[in-house]
Amino acid sequence: MSKIDVSIETDDKPAPPPKHPNTCPECHSHYRDDELERAQWVCAQCGHHFPMRAHARITSLVDEGSFYEESADLHSEDPLGFFDLRPYTERLAEAEMSTGLADAIVIGQGAIEGRGCELAVMDFAFMGGSMGSVVGEKFSRACDSAAERGVPLITVTSSGGARMQEGILSLMQLPKTVCAVEDLHDAGQAMIVVMAHPTTAGVLASFASLGDVLLAEPGALIAFTGPRVVEQTTREKLPEDFGLAEQNLRFGHLDAILERPQIRPTLGRLLRVFG
Amino acid sequence: MAPSEHELRLRERLSRLRNVPLLGGARLSGELERLQRQLDRIQQEPTSDDIWRSVELARHPERPYTLDYVGALLDDWFELHGDRGDGDDGAMVAGLGKLGDRTVALVGQQKGRDIQERTRRQFGMPYPEGYRKAMRVFEPAGRHGFPVISLVDTPGAYPGVAAEQHGQGGAIATSQLVMARLAVPTVACVIGEGGSGGAIAIALADRVLMQENAIYSVISPEGCAAILWRDAGEAKKAAAAFKPDAAHCLELGVIDGIVPEPAGGAHTDHVEAARLLGDSLREAIEELADVPGDELRRRRRAKFRSLGVYA
Repeated sequence: MSKIDVSIETDDKPAPPPKHPNTCPECHSHYRDDELERAQWVCAQCGHHFPMRAHARITSLVDEGSFYEESADLHSEDPLGFFDLRPYTERLAEAEMSTGLADAIVIGQGAIEGRGCELAVMDFAFMGGSMGSVVGEKFSRACDSAAERGVPLITVTSSGGARMQEGILSLMQLPKTVCAVEDLHDAGQAMIVVMAHPTTAGVLASFASLGDVLLAEPGALIAFTGPRVVEQTTREKLPEDFGLAEQNLRFGHLDAILERPQIRPTLGRLLRVFG
Repeated sequence: MAPSEHELRLRERLSRLRNVPLLGGARLSGELERLQRQLDRIQQEPTSDDIWRSVELARHPERPYTLDYVGALLDDWFELHGDRGDGDDGAMVAGLGKLGDRTVALVGQQKGRDIQERTRRQFGMPYPEGYRKAMRVFEPAGRHGFPVISLVDTPGAYPGVAAEQHGQGGAIATSQLVMARLAVPTVACVIGEGGSGGAIAIALADRVLMQENAIYSVISPEGCAAILWRDAGEAKKAAAAFKPDAAHCLELGVIDGIVPEPAGGAHTDHVEAARLLGDSLREAIEELADVPGDELRRRRRAKFRSLGVYA
């Protein structure tokens, strides 16, 4: 009766306070915003790649002043009147307020090392980078814009997968974006994909896997099914680097893993190769 | 806010569905009263109980599976095995046969009837090897001009360590790309569960059909409930919210037609279910048979590229 169950005490411990977004989850170094910005959001101590917002990413890739954004005002609708614990429209509005974006992808024209290209860059901060109708449509428009202007498409992915709140229409963005890539192929243009953390589920199972060249950032999770779900459904013991870019490279699913500062020069080289 | 082009198209489609007594050109096959019943169902907004009934019927253990339909509909069936790389995935069947006097290639997921077969076929959840098997059958079908039929029946692509290491995401993407490129008529029908990426991998087709009680969804009701409600027990609520039933998929323009089932569901009468499916498949292939390959590719891509609702 007086026996004390220590496990309960352990369970009752308050969860550790959430980490500040500027604190490195690997080595716990802490940075000011301007330090991180100057370092392209890479930890100076251990090399951890912090998530990078779409516009910051574009600025780090393109020649200064060369970016011209397209279809910035495309907004999602709520085709199902979807309501889980909160209405989808409310989640959308909140994401727009907190990110300043209309949806989880930014597309537009730019130049890298003097060579024109089209860019499609995803932003994980907008509802986990999930792909709904707007992401599908804007990615497809980026393919068309690249085809019309006769330039390659550079795609940077970061997404948890399809946006459940749009139901079956979000699944239809997989074939939609695949068809857009095939139209780009017909126009004779290349696509180069850079996979940032995380590139999973519906996005990996559609356009992200279809680049002529597939690049990834170190430590990025690149998996159709993430480790938690695999573990829960199959009770398999997972290898240590399960689903990470490093494992994907070893198994032949990527061409290279690049530290963030190497990405722009590499894209410059590839644009010359495909030019 | 002005209605988007897609929305206008949807409204136009709906008004057509609601006013025309016999669905012009009848992508729905069967007798008059069956069509009328179908139409009544489309006209009524399905309730959450109707939707959940579809989920249960779509997963019914006695429901006909791909090989049941193959047996009933195709003559001279010859099953093709293996992906010519790593193995032969039991969750995906593929082969050639005659539908009437036309040679077709058929691919489809296959669940198992008993526990041994279910284990061997991973409950109809393909590995990348399964999708590569489908792709390597699409290729000669395109070369020989055989129409392609896909029967979709999967809870989803297999979520395992080896599946990831063998490139599940890439296989699903490439399979869709190969289908987008095919210059032969392609017809897909969801005959049970159309589970997410595992389903769409073989469903990028000229005509996409669903059986009356099939479901087609981006995530399983349980998975959606676990993520959004943080409780897998709320599956019924989740299903009512994301509406995976055939009537809603038709309304959203995701499918082109609904294939009727015998009253009570396909499991009650396998022979009749196969007859109805066969009618719809033949009809769809007939409609596409004389369209030139380039035009098929163009229309197919335009159709999928129009899906989505935005402003």
